[in-house]
Amino acid sequence: MGHIKLDQVSKTFGSVEVIPPLDLTIEDGEFTVFVGPSGCGKSTLLRLIAGLEDITSGHIEIDGADATLVPPAKRGLAMVFQSYALYPHMTVRKNIAFPMKMAGVPKAEQEKRITAAALALNLTDYLDRRPGQLSGGQRQRVAIGRAIVREPSAFLFDEPLSNLDAALRVGMRMEISELHKKLATTMVYVTHDQVEAMTMADKIVVLQAGVIEQVGSPLELYRAPRNKFVAGFIGSPKMNLIEGAEAAKHGAETIGIRPEHIEVSTTEGTWQGTIGVAEHLGSDTFLHVHGIEGCDPMTVRVNGELSLKHRERVYLTPNLTHLHRFGADGLRLE
Amino acid sequence: MATQHSRSAARFMMAPAVVLLLGWMLVPLTMTLYFSFKKYLPLRGGDLGWVGFDNYVRFVTSSAFWPSVMTTLIIVGGVLLITVVFGVLLAILLNQPMWGQGIVRILVIAPFFVMPTVSALVWKNMFMDPNYGLLAYLWEFFGAQPVEWLSQASLTSIIMIVSWQWLPFATLILLTAIQSLDSEQLEAAEMDSAPAFKRFIYIVLPHLSRAVTVVILIQTIFLLSIFAEIFVTTGGAFGTRTLTYLIFQRVLESQNVGLGSAGGVYAIILANIVAIFLMRIVGKNLDA
Amino acid sequence: MARSVTPRRKALNTAAAWSVGLLIFFPILWTILTSFKTEAQAIADPPLFLGFDWTLENYATVMERSNYGRFLWNSIVIAGGSTLLGILIAVPAAWSMAFVPSKRTKDILLWMLSTKMLPAVGVLYPIYLLSIQFGVLDSKIALVVILMLINLPIIVWMLYTYFKEIPGEILEAARMDGASLKEEVLYVLTPMAIPGIASTILLNVILAWNEAFWTLNLTAAKAAPLTAFIASYSSPEGLFYAKLSAASTMAIAPILILGWFSQKQLVSGLTFGAVK
Repeated sequence: MGHIKLDQVSKTFGSVEVIPPLDLTIEDGEFTVFVGPSGCGKSTLLRLIAGLEDITSGHIEIDGADATLVPPAKRGLAMVFQSYALYPHMTVRKNIAFPMKMAGVPKAEQEKRITAAALALNLTDYLDRRPGQLSGGQRQRVAIGRAIVREPSAFLFDEPLSNLDAALRVGMRMEISELHKKLATTMVYVTHDQVEAMTMADKIVVLQAGVIEQVGSPLELYRAPRNKFVAGFIGSPKMNLIEGAEAAKHGAETIGIRPEHIEVSTTEGTWQGTIGVAEHLGSDTFLHVHGIEGCDPMTVRVNGELSLKHRERVYLTPNLTHLHRFGADGLRLE
Repeated sequence: MATQHSRSAARFMMAPAVVLLLGWMLVPLTMTLYFSFKKYLPLRGGDLGWVGFDNYVRFVTSSAFWPSVMTTLIIVGGVLLITVVFGVLLAILLNQPMWGQGIVRILVIAPFFVMPTVSALVWKNMFMDPNYGLLAYLWEFFGAQPVEWLSQASLTSIIMIVSWQWLPFATLILLTAIQSLDSEQLEAAEMDSAPAFKRFIYIVLPHLSRAVTVVILIQTIFLLSIFAEIFVTTGGAFGTRTLTYLIFQRVLESQNVGLGSAGGVYAIILANIVAIFLMRIVGKNLDA
Repeated sequence: MARSVTPRRKALNTAAAWSVGLLIFFPILWTILTSFKTEAQAIADPPLFLGFDWTLENYATVMERSNYGRFLWNSIVIAGGSTLLGILIAVPAAWSMAFVPSKRTKDILLWMLSTKMLPAVGVLYPIYLLSIQFGVLDSKIALVVILMLINLPIIVWMLYTYFKEIPGEILEAARMDGASLKEEVLYVLTPMAIPGIASTILLNVILAWNEAFWTLNLTAAKAAPLTAFIASYSSPEGLFYAKLSAASTMAIAPILILGWFSQKQLVSGLTFGAVK
């Protein structure tokens, strides 16, 4: 079980409304990612679900029971923190055992679960070390191990990968995804990195200033962003947003076209511009093209290597089937 | 991390400390204020009624008052000057690369562990005694007339004793501060071809300013109320009667509680003036 | 400044620092040496440094003359008791201030510290009177309580600065792991703060051990600690340097040894967390 329902939940700190009333349902077994720029309230929302902060109004329901006033320990949730929050004075074994000790799980059962978790997370050889003697990735695994052994109804992750270096992050991303497949337990994951959101989520919740901008599967968000904010936030490199006369031609205030949906030619096309910076990644080439009205620079993604350079003149043609149109209120026009 | 539950728990857990300190502050303070408006002589009739501001006027106009304030200020100022100047020098010296740094540090800290009564007695008898004190031998060795420290140079002697006790404290704080100085800053200055003396003036000293303030303020709190050093050495004679000691004499020696209490109120006011400065600095540190 | 220096420079530094260090330490060294001399040797002209007949006779005399054991015991009870009592009261308060800060936290802390500035002499008579009233004049319990109160602001302050360095997320993790408030403080916060708590205890034991206003003014025969034991030597009775030295050594030895063994913790404690 692990069904979480937020009903008109809001949070104010003093006189600042961090989260205006919102509704959200997280289904059992679902991998939900809260994503948004820093300060958008995503971590606060997670902490409200955890019970580490009081909600100002509304109700939180976990597995059908009202959990609004239930203290964190009694909600049956486990949390993995950004800083891992391991107990530095305890060995890995004791760290993992701590929640079970608090819950009064019998010793034999504790041992069984620790062994299983250590095996699953490659920690067997490190059980008697202290967190200070472990690498970042290993600490992260201990934090996850500590969450697993509680057998919670849902896992909460608060930016768990942001302290790891880039290479390790990709590996841990896979491990957490695999863990989710194996346990099939509800996971709620907070990140500011849209790549993490796109690669891991069953359901993405995009937040800005405490407001839910859109909820949907990664591809739904990619294909049909509900507004300009989501359009600009999901996808890398970012979608080009074009305003003015070009947009008016398509009967919109703003039009958006993703860098990968633009054709490049040196001879002919809809728009004409000059290359500012060309980023050659080998597998892809990103061109930043200047001189196009309503969008400067426009980013274009071309597959493979491309011999175009700085200051060269290019012609760009958008693929109109992937054109996004937005009205004056920023909302998508169908 | 604040839920209603943890906030109420916090209030509950803070209560004992707050209540105790509130009581410790208010009860005796109220009593002192009460006595200060009374003629109160425990051994000669006890409570002899209200006298308004008489005690306050008498305390200030007594011939001993202003000298005692001066004595207090001279002792506090002298000790601060000595401990800060030597503290900075010593901290810089101890921060240099050397052999046996740990042991030297132990030697330097040691006086802080010595209780005031012991250090006062040892200095008084074994060093400052005009006949048998070590300093007398030293003076004689160089052919000089031994000084009668505690009667002829009484204030200087007390300042020396107290400075010896507090120098370790100043040195340690300043040493900690120097060690936190980013060596890249000094190296950058060296690359900019600043000579050692200028590096000290423009980089080390400004970096130490906060630590020096902390030393001055914390020491002032303790120095304003030094007692044992005077009690044991001169007993307040030879111009070493500080405000603290004067009040002590009024209350316990002449058993004039009303007068002493009025003096206590003055001492509290004096301490609060210092406290305001201290609080502002410490308050700033709290924000940092 | 981890920079390389010439051996010559290092030798000069060493010589200078050791000379100054020994000069500062000399009064203590001299006291300890003198305590092993006979009274005649103690005032010999020229002074004797090492070439004297070592004797323990002064210690024996001091022990005989005054009941050192009782003074020592009083000092231990008063310094230890007041510190432990203070820690018990201060840990919860510091926990509150460090982890559940409110708008008033800073004001409360500053106010606590300001009570430290209340001049003892200003409230001497009221305390004296109250002690008589409660029948605790010249009792250890009165001094335990009073020294606890005068050091409580420092204890709270120090613990607060140490606790602040512990990330709040770890305590939240404990809460998520099902720990109650008591378990959180007992199993997670306290073990993590052990070094800080140790420094705090040490500094306060020293402050209480050496406190010489209340201990001199509120005790007579029964509860007098070592500060009073030494003060009783302030009226000279003939030639007595060696005995004074022996008594002094006995009074400062316990704290000197304690301080030296725990130098590292003490240094951080001494700065009151005010200088990093």
